[in-house]
This record gives sequence, C-alpha cells and structure tokens, in this order.
Amino acid sequence: MSLNRLQTHTGTTLDFTFNGKAYQGIAGDTLASALLANGVNVVGRSFKFARPRGIFGHGAEEPNGIIQLGSGAGTVPNLKATQVELYQDLEASSVNGWPSVNYDVMGIIGAFGRLMPPGFYYKTFMYPKKLWMTYERFIRKAAGLGATPVEADPDSYDKLNQHCDVLVVGAGPAGLVAAREAARTGARVIVADEQSEFGGSLLASKQAIDGLQATNWVASLVAELRACNNVQLLPRSTVFGYYDHNFLTILERRTDHLGLTAAQGVRQRMHRVRAAQVVLATGAFERPLVFAHNDIPGVMLASSVSTYVNRYGVAPGNKLVVFTTNDNAYQTALDWHETGRDVVAVIDTRSNPSGDIVAAVKAKGISVIAGHGLIEAQGNQRVKRALIAPINALGTEVTGPVRRLDCDLIACSGGWSPAIHLSSHTGAKPVWDESIVGFRPGESKQQERSAGACRGTFDLIGCLAEGATAGAEAAKMSGYGEGIPQFPCSAVEEFVEQPQQALFLVPHIKSISRAPSQFVDFQLDVSASGIELAVREGFESVEHVKRYTALGFGTDQGKLGNINGMAILANALDQTIAETGTTIFRPSYTPTTFGAIAGRDVTNLFDPERYTAMHRWHVEQGAEFEDVGQWKRPWYFPQNNETMQESVNREGLAVRNTVGILDASTLGKIDIQGPDAAEFITRMYTNSYLKLAPGKCRYGVMLKEDGMIFDDGVCACLGENHYLMFTTTGGAAGVLAWLELWQQTEWPDLQVYFTSVTDHWTTATVTGPNARKVIAKVCSDIELSNEAFSFMDWRDGTVAGVKARIFRISFTGELSYEVNVPAHYGRHVWEALMAAGEEFNITPYGTETMHVLRAEKGFIIVGQDTDGSMTPADMNMDWVVGKNKTFSFVGKRSLYRSDSVRENRKQLVGLKTLQGSDVLPEGAQVVFDAKQKIPMSMQGHVTSSYFSASLGHSIALAVVKGGHSRLGLIVHCPLADGRIIAAEIVSSVFYDPKGERHHV
Amino acid sequence: MLLIHCPHCQEYRDEEEFSYGGEAHIVRPLEPEALSDEEWGDYLFFRTNSRGIHHEMWYHLVGCRRYFNATRNTVTYEILETYKTGTQPTITGANL
Repeated sequence: MSLNRLQTHTGTTLDFTFNGKAYQGIAGDTLASALLANGVNVVGRSFKFARPRGIFGHGAEEPNGIIQLGSGAGTVPNLKATQVELYQDLEASSVNGWPSVNYDVMGIIGAFGRLMPPGFYYKTFMYPKKLWMTYERFIRKAAGLGATPVEADPDSYDKLNQHCDVLVVGAGPAGLVAAREAARTGARVIVADEQSEFGGSLLASKQAIDGLQATNWVASLVAELRACNNVQLLPRSTVFGYYDHNFLTILERRTDHLGLTAAQGVRQRMHRVRAAQVVLATGAFERPLVFAHNDIPGVMLASSVSTYVNRYGVAPGNKLVVFTTNDNAYQTALDWHETGRDVVAVIDTRSNPSGDIVAAVKAKGISVIAGHGLIEAQGNQRVKRALIAPINALGTEVTGPVRRLDCDLIACSGGWSPAIHLSSHTGAKPVWDESIVGFRPGESKQQERSAGACRGTFDLIGCLAEGATAGAEAAKMSGYGEGIPQFPCSAVEEFVEQPQQALFLVPHIKSISRAPSQFVDFQLDVSASGIELAVREGFESVEHVKRYTALGFGTDQGKLGNINGMAILANALDQTIAETGTTIFRPSYTPTTFGAIAGRDVTNLFDPERYTAMHRWHVEQGAEFEDVGQWKRPWYFPQNNETMQESVNREGLAVRNTVGILDASTLGKIDIQGPDAAEFITRMYTNSYLKLAPGKCRYGVMLKEDGMIFDDGVCACLGENHYLMFTTTGGAAGVLAWLELWQQTEWPDLQVYFTSVTDHWTTATVTGPNARKVIAKVCSDIELSNEAFSFMDWRDGTVAGVKARIFRISFTGELSYEVNVPAHYGRHVWEALMAAGEEFNITPYGTETMHVLRAEKGFIIVGQDTDGSMTPADMNMDWVVGKNKTFSFVGKRSLYRSDSVRENRKQLVGLKTLQGSDVLPEGAQVVFDAKQKIPMSMQGHVTSSYFSASLGHSIALAVVKGGHSRLGLIVHCPLADGRIIAAEIVSSVFYDPKGERHHV
Repeated sequence: MLLIHCPHCQEYRDEEEFSYGGEAHIVRPLEPEALSDEEWGDYLFFRTNSRGIHHEMWYHLVGCRRYFNATRNTVTYEILETYKTGTQPTITGANL
C-alpha cells in the first residue's frame, strides 16, 4: 500500500513510471492521484523561476502537473497529470526541470527572482537584435514546454459531423437533469463531459440526493439516459470550442485511457456538432488564495483535497490546515477528519463564521481560527509550516502578531469562479457579480443558456432546479415538449451558509513588493508584485497587462489565476473589478491534439492529387514530377543518371532541332455556349472575339477590374455560338468562378453557359521543326499544309483512329500541334504519337523545359512573371488590348488611371548576365548602382531565370522600373551570398525575335 | 462556422460549401470612360465596411454554383436573410 493511500480504497494495481522511477497506482486513478498516493511532492518546475511545484488541482485547472506522456512516436507533451487516466506501464515525465525536478540548475534563477521582473525578456533580450537568436535558443531550452514527437503519429483519428436538438455540455448535477428533461421530450440529445465518468462534482460528494448516496444517484440517472434511443452519451469528451451559428467541436478521447497508442480503432475523434440548442453546465473552478509562497508543494485547492480523499482514496499529506473565505471549504476539514489524519486548524478570514457546516466542524473538536489570514507558507520542496496572523475586516492588513502552525498540507479556498469559457467563445461579455464574487456568463449571443455553477449557482438544490429548467427550455426551443420540467425536484439536504468574503490578495506583514512572492499564475510565475509593477510602468488595460506579465498565458489559460490577477490589477488601478473587466476566452478550452483536428485528412488524403491520362506512362519513363495546383505534372524525364539541367538541355534542344512532346492536359478548359457567348467573352478579354470565325483561335488576356492581368490563354471558336476557352493550369477554377460572377451578377441578360471540360480532354503537344511530319503519320483526314491549316487555326480530324481536335497554337515558338482527344483515349494517342515520332527522335519533355522554351520566346507565365500588379502594357503586351472595342471590357477603364500610366512602373524586360554561365536566382533584386549603401534602392526583381541550351547562355525575365526605356543599361543583382551579378537589360524575346519558326 | 441558407437550393448548408463574394449591390457604371479617376476609384476600391447590417454576395461554390445575397450582422455574424441576385433585401440598416 502506498504512503498516502487510504486503507478503504482498493482495486487492481497498476505499475507506472514517473521521471524514470517506478510506482504503483490503482485502477481508476489519474496520474495525479497516483503520484500523490506515492507521496511525490515535486512534479515539475515553474516556467520562469524554475521553482519546485506540486499537484495543485484535480482537473482542467491544474497549473503545475504538466507532463510528457511516453516516448517515441506516440509521445504527447503538455498533458495535465490530473486529466491523464492511469494505465498499466504508463510512462510520464515532467516537461520542466533539467537535469531533474528535484535538483534543477535553473532553480538558481529562482534565487534571483527579483532580477527577472515582468517584461524581463522584452527589456533584456531584445538588444542587440542580432543576438536574439542566441538568447531565444537559451530561453526555449530553459523554459521547456515538452517535446513534440519527431516520428509519424502511429494512431488514426477521425471526425464525425453531427446534428442534435440539445447539446448538454457537462454531466454534473445540472447537466444530468437538463439531459433528462430534454431526453423525455424526444429531442435528440448529446451529453458530453470531459471526465471518464459522469457526475462532475458529485463524484467526490458525500451529499445524499433522493435518499441515495450522490454517486449512486448519478449511476441511476446515467442508466436512465443510456436506455434512451435519442440520447448519445460522450464521456472523456471535451467541448473545446463554441463557434458561430451554434457549431461546437468536441474532442472525444477514445483510447487514451488504455495506453499511449491505440491497439485498435481510432484514438481520438472530433465531433463537429451543429446543435439547435445548447445547455452549458460546465461547473466552476475553485479560486486559490494568494499568499506568500503559496506555490510550495503541499498547497492545494480545498475541493481538490476532498476529491483526492473521497474519489481516489488518497490523502496527500498528514497535517492539514484549511484556509478559507467561505463555508464551502469546511467540508474538506470534515473529509480529512474522517480519514483519521490530523486537521491542525481551519483558518477563516471572516470574523464570525457560523454556518451549519462550520458548526459541524467545530462539533468534531476541530480548531477554527476566525478573523485570521494564512499569510505565508514555509518549506522547500514541501510545506513545513504556515504563518497565520489576525487581519482586518477588509482583509487589507495584518493587525496582530504572527503565529506558526506546523503542517504539511494547506487546502485553500477563495470561493468559486464559474467556468464561463464556452459562453465567452460566443462573444457574450462576462458580467461581474459582487454577490457571487465572480463573473457570470453574459447575455446569450447564440442559442444557449447556462445552468448551475457555471451560472454562479453553487448550491446543489439550485443546480438541480436550474438544470431541469434549462433542459426543458432548450428542448422546447428546438421544437420538443412544453418547456416545463416534468420530473419532481430531487430531495437534497440543505445547509445554511453564510456569505463568503471577497479576498483576492492576503496581506503580509511586508508590502507587496517586499513580501515573499505571492503567486497569482503558477505556471508562468506571475506574482501580485509583478502585476503592481506593470501598473507602475504604465499599463492600464487588462489585455495589455496580460501580455506584459504573461498572466493567463500558460497551458491552463489562467483558469485559476485570472480572477485574482484582475482583482489585484483593479486594486492597483483604484478601480472596481467590473471596470477593469476580464480578458476574452477563446477556443480551445483545453489543448487539443493536431491529430484530432486533422482527422483522416493526412498523407494521401491531405489534398486530392490529379493525374492526367498519361500519368502511368510518365511514371514508367522515370519522370520526375512537380505539383501544379493539385496536378502532378512531369517536370523532366531524366535518362542515364542525367542531372535535371542535363535533361532540360537535351529536351529543349530536341524541340528546337527536331520534335518534342508535352503532356498539356492540365490546362484549364471551359466550354462556352449560348447566343451571347461571343459578346460575353469579348467583355471578359482585352481583345475582341466578335469576328472570330469557326476554325480560328485567338490568344487573350483577362484583367481584373483594376486593370491587372489575371489570366491568359487561347480561346477557340468551335462553331456558331460555341467556344472553348483555355486557361492556365492553376487558374482554371478561379477563371470559371470569375465568368460566373460576371454573368450572374452583372449581365444576367446575356445568354451564355459555362462548363468545365478540363478533365474530359487529354492534350498532347507535338512541337518542333518535324512536328508536321509526325502528325501526318497518324492523321490522314486533315490537310496539314501551312496554307490549309495555318498558325492559330484548329481542325477536327482523326488521330490514331480517335476523333480529335488539333490546335495550331505554340508556347515554344516552334511549329506546334496540340492534339486534344477524349481523356480515355489519351494514352493510346500519346503512344501512337511517340511511335510515329520515333524516326525523328521525338523527345518527351516536362514543365521545366516548357518554361525554358517559353522564356526564350519571352512568353509570360501569369503568376510567375506577373503578380497581380501588372498591366498588359507593363508586360509589353499592348498589342493584346483591343483599342476599338465598343463595350468597356473588364479592366479597361483602369488601364488609364493615373497610376497605370505612370512612367516608372515595373516593366517586363530581358536580362542577359555579363557572364553567360551565371544563372540569376529567381526573386533576385535589381539595383542600378551596386556601390550604394545598404539598404539599396531596389528597382525591380527577376521573375524567371534559366540556362538556355539553345542559346548557350543564361536568360532571365525581370520587371524593372521604367525597364522598356532602359534597354542596354547594365544593372546589378546583389545576392544573399554576397555576390553581385551584373546583367544587361535586353529585349524579353531572346529566340527567333521575328517569330518566323512557328509560321512554317 | 456559419450556417447559410441558399435561396436557390432552398437548404441550409455549412459555410464550407460557400465562398464569400464581397459587398452586394455595387452597380458597375454603365459608361466607365465617362468617369474621372476618382469616381472610378470609388467604384473599384471603396466599400461601406458596415458595423452591423451588411448586404453581401455569397457563391454556392460546391453546390449549385450560383451567387446570391445575404443580409448579415457583422457584429454578431447572424445572417438575417438570403435573397436572389437581382432582388432587394427586406432588412436594411434603415428599417431595422
């Protein structure tokens, strides 16, 4: 039997290790209860001062027991020991503390705590700036927030989209009766609770309900709910976000309690719930009292001490001192007394406590010391004694001599703070209420209501009544029942309680700044004096003080410290708490694993991949691929261990000298039909399509209304009122949406229809001086002579036995035929073209060679050479803008805005490096004077850059301010590695400037 | 995540199916060439940026692929109505 385990509590023994040391716990334990049972005092070190810290709470509020679970691929950082259910062979370690939690070299910093005030990092480490990287590495190592796994997650996760009429969040007394009332009406109900068992506060309660022990009452109610077909019960499920229009997310931990990784099935599931109505019954957090050295292991929340005793059979110490401002914590003295261990005293800040439960404590002969404060805890790695002193009625100063009480456990209670987090997520503004000394949920912004402790109702009978009303009301508002509770209200023993005292900082004999640290936020070592200092340094807004001091920034998100911190701030500012206000809670309520958020959308399912009909052929040829949008496109086809540059050189020369073939199937294709098709297309492109005859194609540029190039491509007239528009690969979806926008919202009177046919067609581009000879071998029904089938014509015909459309358009500057066939025939036709081209050494080429060949011709790629701030004139493409179009096409008016006609706009030019072997990096900045001081005056940048095998030197496209009038100027490109490469501004057309080769 | 009623499909669907289209009821000038740079700039760049009632376009991208308008409260994100392109809202800042 472990040190602190009560004899009355038995169960299956479980072995586990913590920081490498072996321990035993009992089935049903959390890691925290098992550690306390074994007398482990120090479970971690604080973030900033590395002070030893012990278990403080018993649930989501725990600030100290932050642990790393397991090792290897399944390891999880930053879990709260209070929420980790124990299983056989569990391995855990502290996230903070190096080399060990008991002897921490960083602990020495704690001794110099006064040298590390709030804002210390900002004040000390920001200068000199270049050393920040060094500091940051040191700080992060010292701070340590756990280690992320470096291997792939072995578990699977999934997501479930759900709808329900009533979602009940929290299965304590209020939540359970709310669920019962809603379920009765026939509404579809989901009940989610973050703990392993339903019952909430009742799990550790000794109160009787309807004559039953609390846990038995819970069990019978849960059985009742489980029998309902319309109720879904989700234990181990945290509602972590409340989003717009009653959309809530629930993290269900399905196997975490069984082991580090799931033996089978899904480890965690995210429920995405659209609820008609929501009942929030999320309970409350007990508020710690802020006194000197209140962070020494052995100081705990009163309710947590009771929970460990009553629920887990663990008494985490021997000699207890209870320190309270309210009646509620007296129950802890009774619970402890029942274990047979020593209650040294109950210290009550109120002068004359006399409620029912106070009387019960006195009746046991327990010493109650009223009108006193526990002003300081003493001890190193465990509480050894408490210093107590009389305090005034306001709780602002010590009024008498200090006494010492020997003890090893201090249970403190400063009252309760409603867990208003989820209501805050909806934008409801919390309202300060003096009567409960806490924030209540604000006016509802969505279809939700709070019930029970999270609404500031702390007595059991009140929680049950509110829960029933909330459940019935939610059901009615979702269309079920009459809205009136139907079950008789449960019979509960009632106590007379006296009001609590509002006390957020316990006075010390020394001033705040001189007293030993009085911690407000344990995880980040924010103390009362730190908040006061922030105010002295001029911070007034609660949001600023939060960021300056880091109050509430830890993984517990200030569940314990926020109210005390705000009250201390309000006092320092001489304001009320209501005036100071609270910071805003945002999702996630507790940390959520990325795995659950990602679900199955990982690896192959992360994003769809699109393949062309010839993809398998490319793979068989050993092609390297590149991603273009979702498409996998062949990048280059290496042969005999070629480097990429060698492949690209060979592929490019083949196109220039004989013939190459490109899979161009990914180009967007939109089929456009309707009596107004030509008019519509003419309004969208810069040039006119009104007179484009069937059999003809035209290249066009599409602008946004601001005059900037948005997409480009060829549009072919297929027949009367029938066109085929080609778009860029990446722009296809956006262009279709763009066309639909204008047709539907601006010109609904135009009769025109759009259909995406990208996937219906496969495109093989045969290009090079021998292209016609290749096509002639597989196509006998089209007259291929230049006179009969000219550049920018298209023809219907048959290729390798398949009905095809052939377009004479060229992106290489060579004689080109783009052969389009229905996608399923794609590979057959491709192989036929390869066979026909064999005698001409037909060479498949990829996107890299395509880019080099088009850059040699100065053809732009939208999105690479343009960036949404380029007009056709900037691209030296004035020729594509129809000057005599009657309709003011999209973007036209913007082309002569004063900014569009500015002389020093960035304009497209070619750059030829003085050393032909130097290839400029894309993105390199262009300057006119290389000798100027840094920061240099940047005049443009390189947009495309390659080595051209056909030309024997590098080529680049760049946009340079006023570039069109600077031909011949030598410019300079300073690179990150210190080199400065000089280049001459030249025409952007490097190859065949007269364009003779594609007209043959 | 918003729940949006598509007036064409006549169904409430999740925001994931839609794409935002910007402020509604901005009419393209009939004669852009007749406008000064400043007037054209107003049409191009300036939006009301309402706090409260806002009429905006939505596109049922992964559904019927049709545009429609919504009246949304930009403070609460409540969608008060949706209506077809070319029709007028029944709820406006003036009548609320």
